[in-house]
Amino acid sequence: MERTILHSDLNSFYASVECLYNPSLRGKPVSVCGSVENRHGIVLASTPEAKKFGIKTGDAVWQAQQKCKELVIVEPHMDRYIRHSKATREIYSDYSPCVEPYGLDENWIDLTGTDHLFGSGAIAADEIRKKIFKELGVTVSIGVSFNKSMAKLGSDMRKPDFTNIISKDNFKEVVWPLPASDLLFVGRATTKKLWDMGISTIGQLANTSPDFIKRRLGKNGIGVWQYANGIDDDPVSVTGYKREIKSVGNSTTAPRDLITPDEIRVTTMILAESVAERMREKNFKCQVVQVYIRYSNLMSFERQVKLPFPSCTAQRIGNTATNLILDNWTDTMPLRSIGVRACNLLSSEYPQLSLLPEVQLEQKQEDLEVAMQDIRRRFGHFAVQRGIMIADPHLSDLDPRREDSAQTVAFFKG
Amino acid sequence: MDVIEYRNALGKLTPLSFTWTDGTKFEIDEVLDVCRAASLKVGGFGQRYKVRISNDEKEIYNKIRYMYLEEGEPIERWFIEAK
Repeated sequence: MERTILHSDLNSFYASVECLYNPSLRGKPVSVCGSVENRHGIVLASTPEAKKFGIKTGDAVWQAQQKCKELVIVEPHMDRYIRHSKATREIYSDYSPCVEPYGLDENWIDLTGTDHLFGSGAIAADEIRKKIFKELGVTVSIGVSFNKSMAKLGSDMRKPDFTNIISKDNFKEVVWPLPASDLLFVGRATTKKLWDMGISTIGQLANTSPDFIKRRLGKNGIGVWQYANGIDDDPVSVTGYKREIKSVGNSTTAPRDLITPDEIRVTTMILAESVAERMREKNFKCQVVQVYIRYSNLMSFERQVKLPFPSCTAQRIGNTATNLILDNWTDTMPLRSIGVRACNLLSSEYPQLSLLPEVQLEQKQEDLEVAMQDIRRRFGHFAVQRGIMIADPHLSDLDPRREDSAQTVAFFKG
Repeated sequence: MDVIEYRNALGKLTPLSFTWTDGTKFEIDEVLDVCRAASLKVGGFGQRYKVRISNDEKEIYNKIRYMYLEEGEPIERWFIEAK
């Protein structure tokens, strides 16, 4: 049976929410940007009026202001976006239990077999768009199609506030002329490889021999070839389905370049505390610690090391990460960003007891950190801190959990 | 704006009256409609109560207003869309 899949994409999401809460911004060129003082000063979202000046997500604030002198810069309010995002999913859930989020502003909805309830996919999509605008004050573009990847292409096609239909009858004429980079899971690297093969559109990819694609792009190449040909059996996950967590990480761009080992230690420990907290919440311990290093010249790389035994304490993860960074750091080059990731996760729901002194000490450290976490939960993140943080209040003025925003990590299934 | 509400045993909420920032108290005669909506004029979204209000202090007049209850953690916020 042919499926009816909707992909909804909230238009200029952060900017639209800010315009809702501050009606005086409506109709003006507005960009929601991170803090310039903390070196997060890039454009996160812009209104259509700002986009007319060529402002794109990822532009630095100064670049955006150069393109449009009247640009209004607004700081982000993640709590508002999370609340709005949850509210949109509640509306989608009125139509189907199969609602799969893709980031804060995108969702897939499976309406297969609901024609007798809501009418065709297009009718339901129009109703959803009206409902979202009436109840939440923001607009959404919806793609209606027979699978997830086509539905996502559909929602990109016309913005803002449109329903776009891609069917088995018209997908070749509608989708094949589009650039290959528009296809789901075709990123910068794959686009370049396809370009080198003389492929620039989705149609060219679809009409190339699959064996040739597989030889040049590997297993993932078959996946994108299938998407280009409208072959995609990926189901829309039922609401409440939790993806298996493979790693827990946190990274940050420091408010100033890090040039001494102590500065690196402070930032790494903050990230390690956040990672450890999140791991403990989900009852995980990790066996491998991975670090991400980015120099001020924007060159970056990763390194990892195995722990002597599984751990979920910030002390062990932070110290291991710091040593790993210092061992691999060219100390003539300042560091711009650092990331800490805990990999090879094990469930800690039923811990193995050990008589080894190191493990028992580790257990005591874990108890200490759990107590710290509780104090922070009740009295705020900065109510209790490690001594080293006092050495550099500007660098340690970072609460990763408050500023944490969930980012989608794209991956291939099968 | 201070709002006096009544919640019944099932949790259903009815706004009874509100006091404006200048101290004027308005009685709510009747709640005509409740639905989820956003206010593009004031900014925000939540439960929208379409109410008819009268003012005890002056001549009785009936005006239809929209009052919004924005559910938020930890505080709920009432706001009103004035014509």
